[in-house]
Amino acid sequence: MIPRYQKILFVLLLVASLAMGAALWHLRELAHQKLLAGQNSAPTSAPAVAPAEQATLLVANDSDGSILTQLHSLPLPADPGARARAVLGKLLDLYAAPDAAHPVPGGASSVAQVFLLPAPEIAGAVPPAGKPKIKDSRAAVILSRKSRATTPGAPLQDARQTGPLLAVVNLTGSFAANHPSGIETEMLTVLSICGTLHANLPRITQVRFLVDGQQRATLAGHADLTRTYLAGDFLPAEEAIP
Amino acid sequence: MLVRLEIRCLSAAYYWALQGCLFVCVLAALAASGQLALAQPAPPAPPSRFIVVLDAAHGGDDTGGRLSNGQFEKSFTLAISVRLRSLLAVRGIQVVTTRDADATIDPNRRAEIANHAQALACLSLHASESGSGVYLFASSLPPAAPARFPAWKTAQAAWVTRSLKLTGVLNSALLNAGMSVTMARYPLPVVDSMTCPAVAVEIAPEQGAGHEKSGGLDDRNYQARVAAALAAALVEWRTEARQP
Repeated sequence: MIPRYQKILFVLLLVASLAMGAALWHLRELAHQKLLAGQNSAPTSAPAVAPAEQATLLVANDSDGSILTQLHSLPLPADPGARARAVLGKLLDLYAAPDAAHPVPGGASSVAQVFLLPAPEIAGAVPPAGKPKIKDSRAAVILSRKSRATTPGAPLQDARQTGPLLAVVNLTGSFAANHPSGIETEMLTVLSICGTLHANLPRITQVRFLVDGQQRATLAGHADLTRTYLAGDFLPAEEAIP
Repeated sequence: MLVRLEIRCLSAAYYWALQGCLFVCVLAALAASGQLALAQPAPPAPPSRFIVVLDAAHGGDDTGGRLSNGQFEKSFTLAISVRLRSLLAVRGIQVVTTRDADATIDPNRRAEIANHAQALACLSLHASESGSGVYLFASSLPPAAPARFPAWKTAQAAWVTRSLKLTGVLNSALLNAGMSVTMARYPLPVVDSMTCPAVAVEIAPEQGAGHEKSGGLDDRNYQARVAAALAAALVEWRTEARQP
């Protein structure tokens, strides 16, 4: 014979277990909804309502190692950061196409964010004459890790509105992991990204790269991502001539 | 009379001593500001022995790219390095390699090995399935005067002119061997720290006349041709490198 108090206790515990299970299920659903809502709010693509504009893309070609200018009409948002992300998205969409001359999987979603900051002055920067080219369609890179503030004491807002900009391109880890390995192919990707940014937003003079928000040594084992790249030096030779 | 003469002599002595001090001060100031040619270090003189450094890129945990036959880039570069070392040894050229086995070598360590060897040619060997033919990359650093204590990240700047000459010699030899060659200048983390004529060589599959890939990276004949062409270029470089 089971005492009455034990029966009551069992029923109470059973009810409590069921209630806790229901609460857990409800919380799980809430967390899932919150996650989906967060994903939807991320600006993953340029708004379709924006007017279509001509964008200059510097498209790499693996067969001859060249980077050539292409004009594309696409909706571009007014905000410089979103604009930079939109043109890079289009560039990487071209690379992800099946018949791409520089095939790189990933597409537009490979650019997580583009941050625009006042550009630091590169110490000891060398003019273009100091970088003789072996192949005309490429540009050499002048690099320096030593940098200091552009205009010490100048208001940050002024520098953001009028001064040269440093673009920090945050790539996704999957893009870096799936990028073909090799000095040539990796550098073509880096150069075309830098050139495309400068061609569409001339105030962008320097570019740095992050992968999943972290600094990474190389893109896929070769191209150095720890450096600051001078974006203005990546235009093809014929474009650089005034 | 004697006293006057003595005073004149003393005045002249003081005058010339003062002039001497001023001259020494001006010399010291010029030396400090770097305007005096004598104060600058002399250009690096070619070492008496001809040593070649072969850097088989990647290794150990750093596998590099994966090639079409499933092989890792680190294995391919090591195979080419071993093959090229044999060819150079037969020709009486002393070779220093950054690795002889599947070991992880820090990029800075690779440059250290090359710099300690005081080599007259340093080749960093890479491979890629992208593109076609052989790619030769020199450092994109602008040429600079040699310094007694060069910065580690830009040590190659004093050697970049010779590196470009070495690139030209390699280009000629590869073209003579019937290969397509592409040359470029890029920032190269290991090469940028080397104090020797240094070139990164990236070997891609061979492309035929109809733009089809005729020789894959696993083709031993293709590997042998590339290695032979590089060895021939280094033999030619042996005579050119000794010229000032």
